[in-house]
Amino acid sequence: MQFGIFSVSDVTRSEVTSETPSEAERIEAIVKIAQRADEVGLDVFAIGEHHNPPFFSSSPTTLLAHIAAITNKILLSTSVTLITTNDPVKIAEDYAMLQHLAKGRMDLMLGRGNTVPVYPWFGKEIRDGVALALENYNLLHRLWREDVVDWEGKFRTPLQGFTSTPRPLDGVPPFVWHGAIRTPEIAEQAAFYGNGYFANNILAPNFHFKPLVDLYRQRFEHYGHGKREQAVVGLGGHVFIARRSQDAWNTFRPYFNSFSRGRNTLEEFVRETPLSVGSPQEIIDKTMTFREAFGDYQRQLFNVDSMGLPLEMALEQVELLATEVVPVLRKEIAAGRPPDAADAPTHAALVKAEYGDAEPRRPRPNQNRGDNLTGTSPYQDTNPKQRARYPKAG
Amino acid sequence: MNDATTRFLDPDELAQLRDLAVPHGHWSDRSQEGNEVTESTATDHTPPVLRIAVVSAGVSDPSTTRLLADRLAQRVLDRLHAVEVPATAALVDLAPLAVDIAQAGISGLSSTSLRAATDTLAQADGLIAATPVYKAGVSGLFKSFIDILDNDLLIAKPVIVAATAGSPRHALVADEHMRPLFAFMRALTTPTSLSVSPDDWASPELGTRLDRAATEMVHLVRARVADAIADDAWKGYQHQFAGEATRASRSATDIDFSSSLMQVAAGGSLVPRPSRDE
Repeated sequence: MQFGIFSVSDVTRSEVTSETPSEAERIEAIVKIAQRADEVGLDVFAIGEHHNPPFFSSSPTTLLAHIAAITNKILLSTSVTLITTNDPVKIAEDYAMLQHLAKGRMDLMLGRGNTVPVYPWFGKEIRDGVALALENYNLLHRLWREDVVDWEGKFRTPLQGFTSTPRPLDGVPPFVWHGAIRTPEIAEQAAFYGNGYFANNILAPNFHFKPLVDLYRQRFEHYGHGKREQAVVGLGGHVFIARRSQDAWNTFRPYFNSFSRGRNTLEEFVRETPLSVGSPQEIIDKTMTFREAFGDYQRQLFNVDSMGLPLEMALEQVELLATEVVPVLRKEIAAGRPPDAADAPTHAALVKAEYGDAEPRRPRPNQNRGDNLTGTSPYQDTNPKQRARYPKAG
Repeated sequence: MNDATTRFLDPDELAQLRDLAVPHGHWSDRSQEGNEVTESTATDHTPPVLRIAVVSAGVSDPSTTRLLADRLAQRVLDRLHAVEVPATAALVDLAPLAVDIAQAGISGLSSTSLRAATDTLAQADGLIAATPVYKAGVSGLFKSFIDILDNDLLIAKPVIVAATAGSPRHALVADEHMRPLFAFMRALTTPTSLSVSPDDWASPELGTRLDRAATEMVHLVRARVADAIADDAWKGYQHQFAGEATRASRSATDIDFSSSLMQVAAGGSLVPRPSRDE
């Protein structure tokens, strides 16, 4: 089981100090938060992708590559990478590069994105959202697994004899989580490929996403990747922790109120949604209810830096999470885990599954192939039987 | 409101209906207990109890809108009982839910009572929807309630639309506001709607129209038109997974995996594969 934090990269005015941090300050802050999460032993740091203010993270791979360079153990991910408006070829290249630089300490989560205007900014139609997500991932999946790809689809120019570079580190593509909160097709795609499924579990009523998680589990089994209990599930969450419960409520309330703007009280929100506020024990108790409802799962991410929380407070949340909450959760969850439960995905585990004790693949290109169109064996070890189909000349 | 309002009040009739109706809650279990609706005492041969949901957006007490809704419901139940069709009614009174409705509209979080109200509608075989007319349209409370309903909730359900107004000038609100609203919800509105202004309460014509609407509803629910349409055509409507409609797909068993998007999800293509001669 992996525990970590995820951020939506919002730049939000603090309701307490009435100050809005600059983008520069928030970008610096998120790097510090990720560093601290690494130091205190959290397993995952993930950040979303947005292309509009008040969000700063338009280039998660750039940010994560930097964080990878200054951290040691923490696994880096996205929450989410837009599979609808990004070119799947560019995603394949960017994240393979990140995978090399992070030495495999990364994976990614795919989502459709929730900003309506983002589609036209990138020349896409929101009405095609689900179809774009599905088709683009189908291509991405192949680009990481086949040295030479011929492909034709509805939304992108065809590819003939195309090789995405660099090839994934150790010949093992980054692990992919499919994030969805309402779309059974996305759960189906995650299940079909045996990929992970992530339900963002915030801002919705408690256990709202259970039918989708159950659907994914059932189809994961249907496609023969393992038993439904062994499907790879991740959940989001939102916490505010203090050693004493009342301190958590009092400190968090003004930040929550500025976010909620009177729509709901903090009490209602904590009662009705997966938001946890309180002492470490209260956070632990609530998180354990997720496991009861959703079953054994592999990744729990918490948001701890939104709603205008100042950096110092976010860092304290990371520490309390890592020192007071996660160790207990690890113990309690381990105690109840079935012996054949699925492990959380890591690069090392994927390499082991692919190669056993043999050397992983490190492909070396053949020479003089600059145009990507001049042969079927781009690498010295590419299977020569794999044929490429070229555009017809004339 | 005015004398005309009270003149046609039939306290016994109303008391009976109120007793039968469950305020914005779950359907009464009384039918199982074999109390009031004796026809529905559970045996192997008992036909299922038809359920009529009554939504009233009236806010005064007593409310003309509620009165109209009650009368409609009573007539529908009476007619069904007369032909020995077991039936029960459940009332969804919107006034006590006003804050919950407003909050659900802006934050997406539904209170327990509001979820119970939605559930009542989801399970209904027929619906009586009554609203006061404010400022030449349906009340904001009524519209806000419909706004938060799952789009699938009322598909093919028979609905009587009823509006009460302070003046006959509003007579078209039921037909020009409520009908399109329920058309959007893909519901089946009865041919007769009810628009009631103060003068109408004194008119025998009102009784005739109530009877007409009730008769239309009775035939639609007895024929189980809603079930027949939904059984045959449910796939043809757009749906939300795990929605609130009783037929909403909630697991793999009720999902159509042969749809084109589901095929793409399982590695298929959106473009027909060109035939290759190799």
